[in-house]
Amino acid sequence: MIEQLAERANDDALLVHRGRFLDTTFLLGVGDQDWLVRIVDGRVVKIDQGPFVMPRYTFALRASAADWDAFWSAAPRPGFHDLFALIRFRRLAVEGDMHDFMANLFYFKALLAKLRRTA
Amino acid sequence: MSAGVFEPIVGRYLRLEMLGKPHRLYVEEAGSGIPLLCLHTAGSDARQYRAILNDPEITSRFRVIAFDLPWHGKSSPPEGWQLLPEYRLTAAEYREIVTSVSKAMGLDRPVVMGCSIGGRIVLHLALEHPEEFRAVIGLQSGGHVDPYYDTQWLYRPDVHGEVSAAVVSGLIGPSATEGNRWETLWHYMQGGPGIFKGDLYFYKVDGDIRPRLGEIDTGRCPVYLLTGEYDYSCTPEDTKAAAAAIGQGTEAVIMEGMGHFPMSEDPEGFLAHLRPVLDRIEQS
Repeated sequence: MIEQLAERANDDALLVHRGRFLDTTFLLGVGDQDWLVRIVDGRVVKIDQGPFVMPRYTFALRASAADWDAFWSAAPRPGFHDLFALIRFRRLAVEGDMHDFMANLFYFKALLAKLRRTA
Repeated sequence: MSAGVFEPIVGRYLRLEMLGKPHRLYVEEAGSGIPLLCLHTAGSDARQYRAILNDPEITSRFRVIAFDLPWHGKSSPPEGWQLLPEYRLTAAEYREIVTSVSKAMGLDRPVVMGCSIGGRIVLHLALEHPEEFRAVIGLQSGGHVDPYYDTQWLYRPDVHGEVSAAVVSGLIGPSATEGNRWETLWHYMQGGPGIFKGDLYFYKVDGDIRPRLGEIDTGRCPVYLLTGEYDYSCTPEDTKAAAAAIGQGTEAVIMEGMGHFPMSEDPEGFLAHLRPVLDRIEQS
């Protein structure tokens, strides 16, 4: 499912435009499964599936598989409907140097929402 | 080209002295009757109340007034603002602003309705100034909110100010239309540098009123609380806790499908909850 992120993101011209100054690699942690997502000029250019030895990334977004599943449902219930809702209730941890994440917050909220089941 | 249509809202600038300085505030109003003074959320402005100001049924019996706080919307910061390292709103200042505007406009015991930081300050007003307000309506109102992110991200030169809108975007519930959702977010995108962050000082640090909620005398100043179910800033549980602490029959109404900005994100849904409250105030 995570593999679909590149196609769904890159097909959205508005999202790519929003991220046009963004070059970063972040780690997406879904329970015990890690993914590295590489973004260049707002396009998702590479997604690698862990486990990794010495992964290199700028920041990580980690939540349990069940919490991501609730976030990615077609109509998420209150508290699971936004990355900051997950953060507020201590379900999502944002770790590392989060400057790219905060400076491009609209981008990352929309990017992660691309994996919603109706998306 | 079609003929233009003016809304019934009239906007004017009010000059008044408060917080020890001359101020110039932007005030919008419509209607006549019981004064209903409306307070916007942190980092936004009075445009959030556009639907209430435009509602003929409400303005037939209430004089609806909404003003931009100093530093917000079309209200200026006080002269000399550039010498302050950072803007920061305190509880005492916020109380003085609301009571000063009410007095400067000669309002007779208005109803005061506020959302978020406005929903918090109305609790302070009910406690400290019950004789000046005939009732308070708290939207997204709770006694306190613990910080759940680092607000420094809201004000630094290497992060665009639109981050304020991105932070709050998820606070809007699914019942909002796309038009109202993005209108609400646009107000946040237009906030001055550091203003949202400065308002949150009141919201998350200085404005904690939990220990004193039980002192509010709702016999002197009734309290009505309405909160959207998708709000994770002031949660339904926070509002229910505040209602329980105030006691004396204070109810927390939870509004389905709505989030943190009910009057702006879903005016129609919100007004269905507000009208019965206004009825009760009018009849009391």
